[in-house]
Amino acid sequence: METLLQVLLILAQSLALLVALLVFIAYILLADRKVWAAVQLRRGPNVVGPFGLFQSFADLLKFVLKEPVVPSSSNKGVFLLAPLVTCFLALGAWAVIPLADGWVIADLNVGILYVFAISSLGVYGVIMGGWSSNSKYPFLGALRSAAQMVSYEVSIGFVIICVLLCVGSLNLSDIVRAQDTAAGVFGWYWLPLFPMFVVFFISALAETNRPPFDLPEAESELVAGFMTEYGSTPYLLFMLGEYVAIMSMCALTTILFLGGWLSPIPFAPFTWIPGVIWFVGKMCLVFFMFAMVKAFVPRYRYDQLMRLGWKVFLPISLAMVVIVAGVLQFTGWAP
Amino acid sequence: MSFAALFFYLFATVTVASAFMVIAAKNPVHSVLFLILAFVNAAGLFVLMGAEFLAMILVVVYVGAVAVLFMFVTMMLDVDFAELRDGFLQYLPVGALVGAIVLVELVLVVGTWSFGGAQSTVTPSAPIPADVTNAEALGRVLYTEHLLLFQAAGLVLLTAMIGAIVLTLRERRAGVKRQDISAQVARGPATAIEVVKARPGEGLSEGTV
Repeated sequence: METLLQVLLILAQSLALLVALLVFIAYILLADRKVWAAVQLRRGPNVVGPFGLFQSFADLLKFVLKEPVVPSSSNKGVFLLAPLVTCFLALGAWAVIPLADGWVIADLNVGILYVFAISSLGVYGVIMGGWSSNSKYPFLGALRSAAQMVSYEVSIGFVIICVLLCVGSLNLSDIVRAQDTAAGVFGWYWLPLFPMFVVFFISALAETNRPPFDLPEAESELVAGFMTEYGSTPYLLFMLGEYVAIMSMCALTTILFLGGWLSPIPFAPFTWIPGVIWFVGKMCLVFFMFAMVKAFVPRYRYDQLMRLGWKVFLPISLAMVVIVAGVLQFTGWAP
Repeated sequence: MSFAALFFYLFATVTVASAFMVIAAKNPVHSVLFLILAFVNAAGLFVLMGAEFLAMILVVVYVGAVAVLFMFVTMMLDVDFAELRDGFLQYLPVGALVGAIVLVELVLVVGTWSFGGAQSTVTPSAPIPADVTNAEALGRVLYTEHLLLFQAAGLVLLTAMIGAIVLTLRERRAGVKRQDISAQVARGPATAIEVVKARPGEGLSEGTV
């Protein structure tokens, strides 16, 4: 009876988190388009609802009510499985993300590894979608994406190792608690590990196929890359999965470098504000940077992308692992 | 039946079924997908045993990296299915022999383990401390007692990596233009821009441009 209650409680928590997350994503999508529009001196979506606030919901209805078209020469099972894989994996990562102290569905000992593992699985949605479409553009997009995501995972892994060396735990809540110092915003890891913060941010862009690294769906060369043959609900799932993955990368940046739910000014009136507000605020800040990069930076060429990943980020992050480990060891700061 | 047992049977069944489908599936890409499913379920079994670190590493390394490259290659293969089917009878005796040997060995191992009351001849060198997570426990053993073996394993991987690079390295052909990033970044206004005064009505003569 008690275990049943526990299971029901976890189910209810998961449902609450999912609903909140999806509504949040709807507005993040709108914010993305608005920021993009503002940079280009346009208005962006402003017709549906006041300031276009209901735009994402109208889009949702449009996608769901359209007829799903499955190409006759496609591999149907895999074709329909691919968007589901993308979407479910992206949502699954949120199980371990602590929104505030203790506000986490599964407080895993290896939380950070779990998120890393889930995000490394994200590439399967893309590969499966590209291959099963049985068409040239999706296939080329899938090949590019596989190479890109595997390459940037390497540097993300090293960045995570750097942070873990400073924390001494793989638990996401412990990572945030380790940044809880009297120095407030200056005690978070973005300052001591600044090069890693930059590498992580750029790698996160590449890992989630955001511009300027959106080569898997480069419309000027590949029509829409691996999504070319998709429409209606399957396409919606791909897009949703992509944005959820972006938000989990924002959340991960917040946890690793921006002190998670901690208040930037560590004394009374500011520490009364609930942690979840700080967390969401920081996540929005990181997302704003994501959106601005999308608006500013032209798309990378494929060889430049690979050069950046393997010849710039990999040596830098590898060197930083050695430096951080050395400094921690010889100054005795190691936890 | 407890939840753990329920999940054990779920993961175990799916692992075995998908492992079977790896060899039964006609399409090689489907085989790889089933292989991935088997890996993920094996990771689930590790979690049930309390080895969450191993589970996550299994997913990151095998599913996230190795199987991706595997799938990469399989997708690009141009497989003729009829031709594949032709060789089936020819290879059947060899395959059956290997299968039979493995089966007998498995039966012997499981048999002595469950009926013979076999005791492990290996005793754990140190008891696993209860107060540390298994990632930490693993790290302590790996980086202290077995440091030499760990480094040797790393060197073996390094050798394999260098081998792969040597096999694929080709001499660069002459006359191929390549991007020189440092030269591009080092270009400043002084080397990139030439300011030319064009007088009205005269334009520029050949020599000034």
